[in-house]
Amino acid sequence: MSEELHEITLRVNGHDHAVAVPARRLLSDALRLDLGLTGTHVGCEHGVCGACTVLLDGAPTRACLMFAVSAVEAEITTVEGLSQPDGSLGPVQQAFKDCHGLQCGFCTPGFLTTITAGLEENPHPTRDEAREMVGGNLCRCTGYQNIVAAVLKAAELR
Amino acid sequence: MTTKLFGTKVPRVEDDRLLRGQGRYVGDVFSGQDALHAAVLRSPHAHARILDIDVEPVLDVEGVVAVYTYDDLEDAMGEPLPLLIPHPTLTHGRTQYALAKDEVNYAGEAVAFVVATDRYVAEDAVARIRVRYEPLPAVVGIAASRAAEHLVHDDVPGNVGARMEQHNGDAPAEIAKAPHTLTLDLDVERSACTPLEGRGVAARWDPDQQRLQVWSSTQTATGVRAAVAAKLGLDLRAVDVITPDVGGGFGVKINHPWPEELLVPLAAMRLGRPVSYVEDRREHFVASAHERAQVQHIEVGFDDEGRLLGLDVMFWHDHGAYTPYGLIVPIITSTQLLGPYKPRAYRVVFESIYTNTVIVTPYRGAGRPQGVYAMERTMDAIAAYLGKDRTEVRAVNFIQPDEFPYEHGLVFQDGRPLTYDSGDYPASLEKIKQLVGWDEFPQYRKEMAAQGRRVGIGLACYVEGTGVGPYEGAHVHIETSGKVKVATGLTSQGQGHQTVFAQLVADELGVRFEDVEVVTGDTRRMPYAVGTFASRAAVMSGSAIHLAAKRAKEKALRIAAEALEADVDDLEITDGVVSVKGAPGASISLGTVAVLSNPLRYAFDEASKSATQFAVGDPDKPPVAPGEEPGLEGKDFYSPERSTFASGMHAVIVETDPDTAEITILKYAVVHDCGHLINPMIVEGQIHGGVAQGVGGALYERMVYDENGQLQNASFMDFLMPYVSEVPETIDIDHLETPSPLNPLGIKGAGEAGVIPSAALFASAIEDAEGIEITAMPISPSDLFTLREEHR
Ligand code: FES
Ligand code: FES
Repeated sequence: MSEELHEITLRVNGHDHAVAVPARRLLSDALRLDLGLTGTHVGCEHGVCGACTVLLDGAPTRACLMFAVSAVEAEITTVEGLSQPDGSLGPVQQAFKDCHGLQCGFCTPGFLTTITAGLEENPHPTRDEAREMVGGNLCRCTGYQNIVAAVLKAAELR
Repeated sequence: MTTKLFGTKVPRVEDDRLLRGQGRYVGDVFSGQDALHAAVLRSPHAHARILDIDVEPVLDVEGVVAVYTYDDLEDAMGEPLPLLIPHPTLTHGRTQYALAKDEVNYAGEAVAFVVATDRYVAEDAVARIRVRYEPLPAVVGIAASRAAEHLVHDDVPGNVGARMEQHNGDAPAEIAKAPHTLTLDLDVERSACTPLEGRGVAARWDPDQQRLQVWSSTQTATGVRAAVAAKLGLDLRAVDVITPDVGGGFGVKINHPWPEELLVPLAAMRLGRPVSYVEDRREHFVASAHERAQVQHIEVGFDDEGRLLGLDVMFWHDHGAYTPYGLIVPIITSTQLLGPYKPRAYRVVFESIYTNTVIVTPYRGAGRPQGVYAMERTMDAIAAYLGKDRTEVRAVNFIQPDEFPYEHGLVFQDGRPLTYDSGDYPASLEKIKQLVGWDEFPQYRKEMAAQGRRVGIGLACYVEGTGVGPYEGAHVHIETSGKVKVATGLTSQGQGHQTVFAQLVADELGVRFEDVEVVTGDTRRMPYAVGTFASRAAVMSGSAIHLAAKRAKEKALRIAAEALEADVDDLEITDGVVSVKGAPGASISLGTVAVLSNPLRYAFDEASKSATQFAVGDPDKPPVAPGEEPGLEGKDFYSPERSTFASGMHAVIVETDPDTAEITILKYAVVHDCGHLINPMIVEGQIHGGVAQGVGGALYERMVYDENGQLQNASFMDFLMPYVSEVPETIDIDHLETPSPLNPLGIKGAGEAGVIPSAALFASAIEDAEGIEITAMPISPSDLFTLREEHR
């Protein structure tokens, strides 16, 4: 039994990537293993932790709950695409650094993408709204206090 | 003068790459390369005999490259996995095989190993392997284990792996003649580390060099290296273990070798191709490790002031199906239980017992949370009995600042006397009372009650032995560019070691922070090391790095003194330049000193010409002076006599909903004493994370096993790890800095502190709010609801 491969093009961070993947290949695996974009992490593979969050046409999406073949129409943004055009850290990234919002960094890409989209929708969140914004992502290291601070800081930096 | 970085909030050097998605975790190692991927067939039964394994249906699955069962393991690989820390009282220690032989003892135990072109195919293949099992009765929970109606291992009578006793004085006699006595029976359930990244290992065999390279998401690179070499029959020199970025550890990754840490390298060697394995979340729940479960029985005798006269503790520790990590967790419980107190007499007996569940190895805190729970519940019970304030009863039992070093007359987890080096518990208590508003609380409670709201306040104290031996080492190399390369062998899982260690080196050498680069957990760079556990990295590697940098500096100054024709004592190093104090013109860069340190025959660039044979050196002396070595390097090891003891106190105000029994945290305060702080930002981050894990362990997380030994909540959907909505919005932190006299920097460990007092703390606060005795943790709203019904 040989798996049928689908020739698809994924548009990630403004670049087109042609890959041949089986229908069941998760978007998270395609990004990480086929495209080499290992910044997207997998913490649970059942949609709960948020580590794999990428932006699909700007909307936060769990890449572990989606097949790569379903993402062909979309403009995908991963953590690798969040830096400034000049190569410096983007506002959310910078805020995480300033506020010590990361320790092991495994959950971080999912937070960065989630917050990037969140601030797009609500550029000036209150503290409660900032907590709400990251309410669906798990982090085992930081206890979240500095992540919430980073959301508020990122709003200032934008 | 270069500003001192020690004690300042230096931003982390790790962050840049991690924030850009350029971290390199074990699952990233062979990304984009033609590597093979492995999957593991795990036992569906908690206890069963294996009658037959049929791998035939797998062999023709396209993409499958190899299938291994126990029968494919040879020599040392066919022996049980090592028992890492033997102890004379562990009379019935047992460890599993890399792949089960004849019998499985927990649901999740590895039975077969498949290697295929990708993980999907490997999992397809795993699903096709047919195993015939003869199920046996499962022993689940401490009560069933103690009843011993069924045995986990046929040759372990009563399911008891170890029974250990320690005492100081005659506790039963003291209790017998004490004016007051109390008895407590307490329970703590299982939880687990659950780092966001699970375990993983990748390996490549280089046939040209006959060399194995292993990447593991481990807390001990040198431990894995020794185990892989021993099990695969390789020379130690033929094995490199590299720890990439690790997505959290919290203890579970100190246990080694995991079956996959041997099977992946084995497959890489046999197949001659790179092989990678990363466990999925379910595997992490059923096939890694848990901790915490204990049942405790406490008898205590005390005087009218609440002074502990005799403390007699018996507890049962559920260690799961095997004992690879020995008795470390219960030994820590039994010794660290004493906290900041000095009972006149103490006796502790524990039994470490088998169940048909996942193995138990240290989880952040490592037995301390349970010990603190036992002791602090006792303190609260004494206070309630005597009608005294809970802080007063604690205060009369404190070891006083002038009593250090304080000997408890017991043996600690490192095999050395339990002797506290320093601390100031009365000062901590004052601080925590201030911070949480202890004395104002009765008034606050009244005000809240007037609004129909129910609140309670809790307090818990702990002492934590940190920085346990045997040793760590460091190597500091000043390159001819002036850049400083540092290596230490223990590993990092997010603690910011690269930053804090660079701070120490920059301070000691007088170089710019940006010029220091630190590597951890790479056996090619530092083959002698122990690992990251017991809050030991800053103390052990920090001290070693400080000492190694000192050596490099001494050498640099010797060479510079000669070049500048000055006295060593007149030299200083600032921003990487050695100069004569008061004569700024007379200077030489460390890079140039590095050039001079290595007498050359061949120049390779402009700078190195100055070190060639016709340029320097007294022709009447050997180019490398006796006792010297070429190169500007320093290497040293730090091996302390014993552990250093950090301490702290947490206080919390909770609100319990009179109808729904929901538990809300209103205020959380921490007073923490880890000696001198290298980087307060990082220490506070460790506390934040620890508190969140503590809140999880106290209020939400538990491993729910059914009577057949099936873990019912093996996913992040059902195991309730805190999101942001469950943790305190802010944590008020105050530091006390009682330096340790045991190491050159006066530091103590800080990694585990945040999680240690939580179970005790929340039990205390909820009991205070509800007026109902809390004896079992964790406690969920429905548990509290049920308790209320029972006490109606
Ligand atoms: S990996 Fe996708 S949500 Fe956890
Ligand atoms: S930083 Fe480690 S899981 Fe969030």
